Amino acid sequence: MSELLIQLRGVTKVYGSGQAELLALKGIDLDIEPGEFVAIMGPSGSGKSTAMNILGCLDMPSAGQYLFKGAHVEALSRDQRARLRRRFLGFVFQGFNLLARTSAQENVELPLLYRGDSAGVRRAAAAKALQAVGLGGWEDHTPAELSGGQQQRVAIARAIVTAPAVVLADEPTGNLDTQRSHEIMALLMGLNQDQGITVLMVTHEPVMAAYARRRVHFLDGSIAEDVANTHPTTAALVVPAPEPAGAI
Amino acid sequence: MLYSVFMLALRSILRNLLRSFLTILGIVIGVSAVITMVTLGNGATQSIKAQISGLGTNLLMVRPGQRGVPGGGGGIGVAQFSEADAAAILSQIGGVAAVAPEGRASLTVVANGRNWATSVIGSSNAWFATGNWKLASGRLFTADEQLAGAAACLIGETVRREIFDGTVGQTGLGEHLRVRKFSCTVIGILAAKGQSGMGDQDDTVVVPLRTLQRRVTGSVKVATLLISMQEGSDGARLKASLKQLLRERRNLAIDDDDNFNIFDTQQLAETLSSTTQVLTTLLGAVAAVSLLVGGIGIMNIMLVSVTERTHEIGLRLAIGALEHEVLLQFLIEAVVLSALGGVVGIVIATAASWGLSSLMGVPYAFDPFINLLSLAFSAGIGVLFGYFPARRAARMDPIEALRHE
Repeated sequence: MSELLIQLRGVTKVYGSGQAELLALKGIDLDIEPGEFVAIMGPSGSGKSTAMNILGCLDMPSAGQYLFKGAHVEALSRDQRARLRRRFLGFVFQGFNLLARTSAQENVELPLLYRGDSAGVRRAAAAKALQAVGLGGWEDHTPAELSGGQQQRVAIARAIVTAPAVVLADEPTGNLDTQRSHEIMALLMGLNQDQGITVLMVTHEPVMAAYARRRVHFLDGSIAEDVANTHPTTAALVVPAPEPAGAI
Repeated sequence: MLYSVFMLALRSILRNLLRSFLTILGIVIGVSAVITMVTLGNGATQSIKAQISGLGTNLLMVRPGQRGVPGGGGGIGVAQFSEADAAAILSQIGGVAAVAPEGRASLTVVANGRNWATSVIGSSNAWFATGNWKLASGRLFTADEQLAGAAACLIGETVRREIFDGTVGQTGLGEHLRVRKFSCTVIGILAAKGQSGMGDQDDTVVVPLRTLQRRVTGSVKVATLLISMQEGSDGARLKASLKQLLRERRNLAIDDDDNFNIFDTQQLAETLSSTTQVLTTLLGAVAAVSLLVGGIGIMNIMLVSVTERTHEIGLRLAIGALEHEVLLQFLIEAVVLSALGGVVGIVIATAASWGLSSLMGVPYAFDPFINLLSLAFSAGIGVLFGYFPARRAARMDPIEALRHE
């Protein structure tokens, strides 16, 4: 296919030193092409969260190379990585991480604020992103006035408002019930298919991983399995189909 | 960017309104205390200067007595002055505008069926010149009245009010005023001068010196000489020649101490106003300490706020906020908080010093410099005490911060 978006080469992560030394990643190699939908799986302590932090440019590998669009991330400074994040990456967290007592609109505008966009541009982009996640008309609601599923939609809108190359979702359905989980997964899948956004998702639920087109299993700091999902949406046949967005 | 960071800071202040108010309370109290102290102190200094210049500018006051001797000021057992001394000073010393011999007695005056205890002064027309007195109505003494010790008097505004208010014409001009055993005719009313450091100056009755000497004190001695200098004359030289002349006239040997004192109103004014200025500075400094304490309060709250918002900081860093942008956000928050405290403090100080100055009877002396300084200082405190918490926020590890609950 096209040029690689992400290349991990022999990435190692060591925590602590001496007796307390912990090898979280043992020389990982991973290639991700633009437009992929990858589910990262594995038991806790397998290194999947560490890998996710490194992929998200939040953490630095102890050794090895990380190339993002051909650039060496491990050589970047803290602020350079922040600039890379604000330009190319969007984050969705398990705990939503919305600012309390702040409207959905302002929450979504937040990444644009740091890009220095004007108020008019921010408003329009945030409204568009909220529309895309099916929350048109909910702009003025604060997180306390929204359900868990809606809060996660706001968080997804915040992740895509900058039109990123990659959305990194860390257990996005971990705090949601099955119904809402499927809605969120359908939304992520839609973003991946319609807008071509690369999605990297950590999950430990096989049902959710089934939405992805590729599954990477971590075990004891190494990649144990890396398989393509031939029928990415089969899971949708097993459980009730997700409701159309907006019908919440 | 700066504007949006400023708006962010303002929003977060408004979101925690009660806490923000409590945070800035220290600054508010500090700023308002400093400004109020300085404003009142300046007002007091001004009022003292005004009172002393009301006594007469370039005025020398000569009293018999020795410095450092108990009762020296009263001149007990020390030779008093005479009218001739006054004449000699006027004729022999250059730069003298007027010399007034003055005698005083505290007496009750009666007229119109009313009593009033007042201070009766015996002097010449020169007395009005030395004391900067103006006539409200009537006239001064004639030369004949002064020489003959006539029963004529001028009264101050307080005496007029207490004795003659409510009478026809209200002035008392031409009425008879009984002073001890004699009656005098009121020939003039003095324009009001108001309160001074030495009591109510308007509470006075002035008669010719000889009238006082013959009818009240029964002696030709003079207790005080008031000497006003000409504009632009050399005060130090005039004082020196005055001292020399008085030593000669009082037959003092070379190794004798002076048995009189010369008071200089200008000197007095400078001494008093420098005293109030020192007090003002001192009070201002004490108040400034509370400003510092207020700053530490801001640091404390900002540290709490940073810890409490660790999660939020982690999020901001994760979605691409640069280190200096987070630093700036918290710094601006601290500066906006403390500057807000400064503004509120100035408003309170203006109200308080305005109210207190009218209560204390001193003029309201608005000082733009101290207001600006306090505002700048409070904003500076925000920078100083906000920097450490802001730096702590900016240097957080986004992963750790996001994990923080």
